[in-house]
Amino acid sequence: MNDIINALTKDQIRTDLPDLVVGNNVKIYVKVREGARERLQMFEGTIIKVQGSGIAKTFTVRRISYGVGVERTFPVNSPNIDRIEVSRRGKVRRARLFYLRDRVGKSAKVKERI
Amino acid sequence: MEKAILGKKIGMTQIFMEDGKVVPVTVVEAGPCVVVQKKTVETDGYDAVQVGFEDIKEKHISKPEKGHFDKANTALKKYLREFRLNDCSAYNVGDEIKADVFAQGDKIDVTGTSKGKGFASTIKKYGTHRGPETHGSGYHRRPGSLGACSYPGRVMKGKKLPGHMGVNTVTIQNLDVVKVDAEKNIILIRGAVPGNKGGLVIIRNAVKA
Repeated sequence: MNDIINALTKDQIRTDLPDLVVGNNVKIYVKVREGARERLQMFEGTIIKVQGSGIAKTFTVRRISYGVGVERTFPVNSPNIDRIEVSRRGKVRRARLFYLRDRVGKSAKVKERI
Repeated sequence: MEKAILGKKIGMTQIFMEDGKVVPVTVVEAGPCVVVQKKTVETDGYDAVQVGFEDIKEKHISKPEKGHFDKANTALKKYLREFRLNDCSAYNVGDEIKADVFAQGDKIDVTGTSKGKGFASTIKKYGTHRGPETHGSGYHRRPGSLGACSYPGRVMKGKKLPGHMGVNTVTIQNLDVVKVDAEKNIILIRGAVPGNKGGLVIIRNAVKA
């Protein structure tokens, strides 16, 4: 990548977040603006994909909400992410966990790494 | 006031605004440009300022070109372009034009030379439809009929046919200036601008703003 572009984006890249590893369960606290008020919303699920590099890096989190699969993709460097907590570390052998989409119940779980 | 500057396309990236929205931007290294010549109605028949951009070594420039820069007493520049502004009186020979002529929120028109695509046929060049791939078609990516038969007995002018594509002068209108860094001579423009990385772009304030 070009030096000028690196210098431009350097101060926007976040270093305060934990390592985002595929298979981990994470809690993401997102800032939500409602008019003038700002509050935190939590989204918890399994990281199924980490994509991109530098300022454009994103990750996708999947959870089952009221029986329906929900996936959200976040830009890693977004200032709207307040903080990320790792709640469980998963044992996976793939970089993309898209197979979870075809599974239900117990088989849709990632084994815990001990 | 009309404003204009020359720049070099560096590449694209994205930045986050204060509200957390991602904005795709093109990074342009704009200026510092220097006014090399002023053209006037009396001497040249029209009013314009001639602006030079990007330093160049003496061995890469011809003697007549060097003489032109020496006359203006400026450094040698790679690119020379003219801007026919409504009011050229604000500029004098030797003046420097920097990126801060534009500010955040300005609407601009950006002119560049589009990327070359080589010899391209009508599907790529004009977006015509293609023939069926299967069922014994055998007619896949051809340009189609050239016209009727003995009347008119010729191919109409402007018929879309294969040929060289790209390397055209393209202007994109009404782009937004997202950020200006006068110290580093950098302008961030929302969206894409024509041309390769390293290509010359001309930034002017928008005519239709």
